[in-house]
Amino acid sequence: MNPTKPLPLNEGKVPGLVSKQKKRSNLLILLVILVLYIVSSLQTNSSLLRFDGEFFSNVWRMMSQMWPPQFAYAPMIWPKLMETIQMAVLSTVLAALFCIPLCLVSAQNIVRNKWIYNGMKGFLNILRTIPELILAVLFVGLFGIGVFSGILALFIFSLGILAKLMSETIEGIDNHQLEAMEATGGNRLQVIWYAVIPQILPQFASFSLYVFEINIRASVVLGFVGAGGIGLLIQQQINFLNYPAAMAVVMIIFFVVVIIDFISNKMREALL
Amino acid sequence: MIECKDLSLVYPDGTQGLKNVNITINPGEFVVIVGLSGAGKSTLIRSLNRLVQPTSGGLYIDGENILSLKPNELRKLRTKVGMIFQHHNLVKRNTVMKNVIAGRLGYVGTLRSLMNLYSKEDRSLAYENLKRVSIEEKVHTRADQLSGGQQQRVSIARVLTQQPNVILADEPVASLDPPTSHQVMNYLRKINREDGITTIVNLHFIDMAMEYADRIIGMRAGQVVFDGHVSEVSERTFEDIYDRKIKEDDLRGGNEPYESNKAITS
Repeated sequence: MNPTKPLPLNEGKVPGLVSKQKKRSNLLILLVILVLYIVSSLQTNSSLLRFDGEFFSNVWRMMSQMWPPQFAYAPMIWPKLMETIQMAVLSTVLAALFCIPLCLVSAQNIVRNKWIYNGMKGFLNILRTIPELILAVLFVGLFGIGVFSGILALFIFSLGILAKLMSETIEGIDNHQLEAMEATGGNRLQVIWYAVIPQILPQFASFSLYVFEINIRASVVLGFVGAGGIGLLIQQQINFLNYPAAMAVVMIIFFVVVIIDFISNKMREALL
Repeated sequence: MIECKDLSLVYPDGTQGLKNVNITINPGEFVVIVGLSGAGKSTLIRSLNRLVQPTSGGLYIDGENILSLKPNELRKLRTKVGMIFQHHNLVKRNTVMKNVIAGRLGYVGTLRSLMNLYSKEDRSLAYENLKRVSIEEKVHTRADQLSGGQQQRVSIARVLTQQPNVILADEPVASLDPPTSHQVMNYLRKINREDGITTIVNLHFIDMAMEYADRIIGMRAGQVVFDGHVSEVSERTFEDIYDRKIKEDDLRGGNEPYESNKAITS
């Protein structure tokens, strides 16, 4: 075929990359989002225009009140910081333990009964819809102010996340390996132990570390409602209008969280 | 002795897996089931240890109707009817030894097996079986670090550790290269001859079926369309079973007897 021969032109009827109908529906979606945004912005009186001169002078005023951070306050911080980390450790370990039976019964390749695993899935979904702060308020009401209430709140909160992630991991494993264990005459528990656990162990460790990171951050807030941890100090210092001390707490938390996230990320990379 | 009487299986989606299958397999036979994919070979073999559930007819192993077994009895049956899979189905992250000792799961107590408390006899049985398939030097290697042929040998050792009366092999060589395929088939035949274990293998390679089988069962569309001794089989038989001309793809090829014998002894 002659390469210089001109391609036949279809007299203005060359099809586009997507159909006209698809173009119209894309445009419609875009318009809907735009309208939703504008209505929300007008109703709440929130727009980017509020970053005006007043805002920047407020920033300046706040910074000058907080700066320099009062690191002399640090000795007061350490015990509460340790408490925060200990809360995260306790709640994560508990959640990891309780997650094992929960995630097994909510995986549909392990429990073949539709009612059981759908019921469990629903239960886990409900568990995850309750914010940890609400749980903390609840437990403070039940057990009084203190670390224990905070640990329980974090435990329930992270159990919901971990069990959900793990049950989905279990549903994604290689079922042929289970079949082989069944074919040797192993019972349910043996099949789980020999063919499921080895397949999910790395993810289990990785997700547990991830939940530990989340718990460190979440436990900072719990102090605000009296459920123990370092949040209490921030709240106290803000109430005393001692902004430099509050700033010191915030900065220390920031560095500790960054360090813990870094270590945990490295460990998870090594695991997977 | 395995007897299928009018055995049929209809899958939930309406597919007819098996249709009035009547066969009797005698102890110690080496039977190869041939047929195109979708012919019902897998369904038949998986019915024999009830990984799939036939919907009508009778299935008797040593006179016992295995279609009416309770879960406990089914597990006991499965210890005696071992299975080898196309993709080996080893637990990839476990060691070779742990995979092989899993053949004892149906015999040991649940608690002992969860704690890895196997008797010395069980462990030496597992190790001896690794030796039989010449892979004992990999005993503590993780299964996912082995080649396909090595993994299939480990799965043979696992099945032997069950001390079965019957071995079912569902396309055991379909994902292996020709020399390795012959090696695996040689092991299966050797075990069949030495231990007298009834062996039923699904294959779609004509030349391999002819070389290793005592008896060939041909299947098409869920039905048995041929059943006879290998000496009665000709190329014409396969064309009848497959309902078309024989093609290059139907042959595995690559068998040099010397090489495959060497593979066993090395």
